[in-house]
Amino acid sequence: MSTLPAPPEPDHTVAPPPALRPLALFLAFSQMALSGFGGVMPFAYRFLVEKRQWLRPEQFAEMVALGQVLPGPTICNVSIMVGWRFAGVRGALASLSGMLTGPIMVVLLLGVGYQKFGASPHVHDALTGMSAVAAGLILSTALKMAVRLWRVAPVRWVKGSLCGFALLSFAGVGLMHWPLIEVVALLAPFAVGVAFFKPK
Amino acid sequence: MDSDDCIVCALALHLALLSMMAIGGGVVMLAPDIYRYVVASNHWITREQFAAAYTIAQAAPGPNMLYVTLVGWWVAGWAGAAAATLAITVPPLTFTLMLLRASRRHHGGRWGDAIAGGLAPVSVGLLAAGGWVLVRASDSGWRGALLAALTVVIAMRTRLNPIWLIAGGGFIGALHLV
Repeated sequence: MSTLPAPPEPDHTVAPPPALRPLALFLAFSQMALSGFGGVMPFAYRFLVEKRQWLRPEQFAEMVALGQVLPGPTICNVSIMVGWRFAGVRGALASLSGMLTGPIMVVLLLGVGYQKFGASPHVHDALTGMSAVAAGLILSTALKMAVRLWRVAPVRWVKGSLCGFALLSFAGVGLMHWPLIEVVALLAPFAVGVAFFKPK
Repeated sequence: MDSDDCIVCALALHLALLSMMAIGGGVVMLAPDIYRYVVASNHWITREQFAAAYTIAQAAPGPNMLYVTLVGWWVAGWAGAAAATLAITVPPLTFTLMLLRASRRHHGGRWGDAIAGGLAPVSVGLLAAGGWVLVRASDSGWRGALLAALTVVIAMRTRLNPIWLIAGGGFIGALHLV
């Protein structure tokens, strides 16, 4: 755990976001999407938070949270929110187009390839190995976000309840297979209450 | 031709209605219902095609929900691919954009911050649950779980680009080790 990336910014107050042109956003999201084997979220975190530092980890976590609660694919909602934050409606559309255009072409190409070579056991086994790693990447992204939330929490009871809410939502959806909407509806009032009353 | 158009329309309408229920990033969660509609009820594609679409979108770069594009393509060609993709993305994402525009006028305040801050740990749990379900869904048993755990350790301790890990996973898989 000692080699965890140190938090990059000590005194990031509410600095205005850097202005980004829609083209830059389109290219950035294309890059994230096309590197995003097995799911884009770990790559989006790495790019937006660790490499470019356009967002702080907790801002990323908040956008993911909202993106999950809103209807639609989470990563697309996150693209729209990031694009919106840096360049308004045009930025949102540019980010979303970047997220979708390249991957759609790749997926269709792979579909053609599957019709030709799909019967090969090598292809099947390689896909199995890749999806196991993809699952590990998603888990590690969740862990990194959890570590960061723990660090920025001001006092011990807030740290404890953050862990509690994360573990409960994990257990409800991942272990008990309860409907996600119900788990969120149950936890959200308490989680929001803690966030509202926590000391600054 | 006429009946082809109808299939495209029916698929698009069904997916558009479903899309607004994809809460929790759940276009992946919608898979059972989409399967029921295109495979079990209408026999537009086979079970194997559906499973392949799902695995391909999972392994390919980009959002995992793009299995819907492949399903649309196999159901009704290019028109089907375009209609399915638009139907699953446009309604919910228009909603998000409208919400962002509305929130500009009454921005956040203390409650807005509390809602975003409070949902953050819940979403961390949900993300972990998504990874966990993916580990469990794989037909590779304990070796797949071990590979996933190894990935967590490497990803936490290094800044190695995840692409190399995915490539390594594909390599290990192709050697029949998983």
